[in-house]
Amino acid sequence: MKSTVTLGIIGSAVVLIALFELLRRQRLREKYAVIWFFVALGVLAVAIFPGLLSGLADLVGVELPVNLLFFLASLFLLVLTLQHSYELGRLEEKTRTLAEEVGLLRLELDIQRREIEPDETKPD
Amino acid sequence: MPPRVLVIVPAWNEQDSLAATIKDVRTTNPDVDLLVVDDGSRDRTAQVAAENGALVCRLPYNLGVGGAMRAGYRFAIRHGYDVAVQIDADGQHDPAYLPSLLERLDVENGGADLVIGARFAGEGDPYRVSLLRRLAMTLLARTLSRMARTRLTDVTSGFRVANRRAIGVFAAHYPAEYLGDTVESMVIAIRAGCTVTQVPVQMRVRQGGQASQTPLKAALYLARAVVALALALVRRWPDIPPPEFEQEDAS
Repeated sequence: MKSTVTLGIIGSAVVLIALFELLRRQRLREKYAVIWFFVALGVLAVAIFPGLLSGLADLVGVELPVNLLFFLASLFLLVLTLQHSYELGRLEEKTRTLAEEVGLLRLELDIQRREIEPDETKPD
Repeated sequence: MPPRVLVIVPAWNEQDSLAATIKDVRTTNPDVDLLVVDDGSRDRTAQVAAENGALVCRLPYNLGVGGAMRAGYRFAIRHGYDVAVQIDADGQHDPAYLPSLLERLDVENGGADLVIGARFAGEGDPYRVSLLRRLAMTLLARTLSRMARTRLTDVTSGFRVANRRAIGVFAAHYPAEYLGDTVESMVIAIRAGCTVTQVPVQMRVRQGGQASQTPLKAALYLARAVVALALALVRRWPDIPPPEFEQEDAS
């Protein structure tokens, strides 16, 4: 009993400190920090008040509270990974658009340069 | 006034065949403008294109045919071209067919917004494919034929001609994924209200050598084709822009 409490507190403390540090160094956007902040709070709550978990397990009819914990944890990770894949796809589309624009801008520059250069040599 | 035509050549590491392709286009179609989109090549593709007098759009890294072509279509829109043509750099598309493709663009006279240069359409054909690959191609061709309400035999052909309406659609939506540049883009065009037709052409042997075809690869191709097609059919494409330049009444 005792060890689960300390483990839970250590775990959530590590997450919270890491969060704070990443935010301080501007390496983490707030929208992701919020998710992890609530995860850390949840872990902390369950560690300090184990009754929360067993109560919830009783409520939904899961015999072993720890199974509920694992189920929720893996579901959460799955959704989060999916969310990351989604963000990745969006970013790829954005960088693709930027790459196309960069190529087109260089081409426009080439065209402009070609139009200007003959004029500069003519006055002589 | 004759239409302004832009030939877009997507090229990725094609330094060996590109010069011949450009010269070919120039000799057969002297009035067209030529844009080579260098898709992040590591060889001298861009230099070869510039030396041969083509406009060159250098993409900073490899995007795939879809990225290269969308950049090309955007250039075509911004510079007010009436027609955009896609011709592959490897020399398999014979630009001598271009006038016959352009002829079919005339929407008022039974033409279409998008014209495909198609194999398997009667023109004597040396192109051989494995059974599975042919199955995949047949499946794609049948489905798209039904959608387009016309007979299409070679929907994966990269030899295509687009008018302003189709250019507008492609400049906004041109998928970069596998088969997206051919099959899915055609689905998008049809769903955006473009009409599609094809003109039989004979493909030449690629100068870079034929793609290897093992049964496993053919099966993989079939699977990917089915996935790509299914996705293309169920995907929602936000804000496919209506062509703002002209409004044609169907009838």
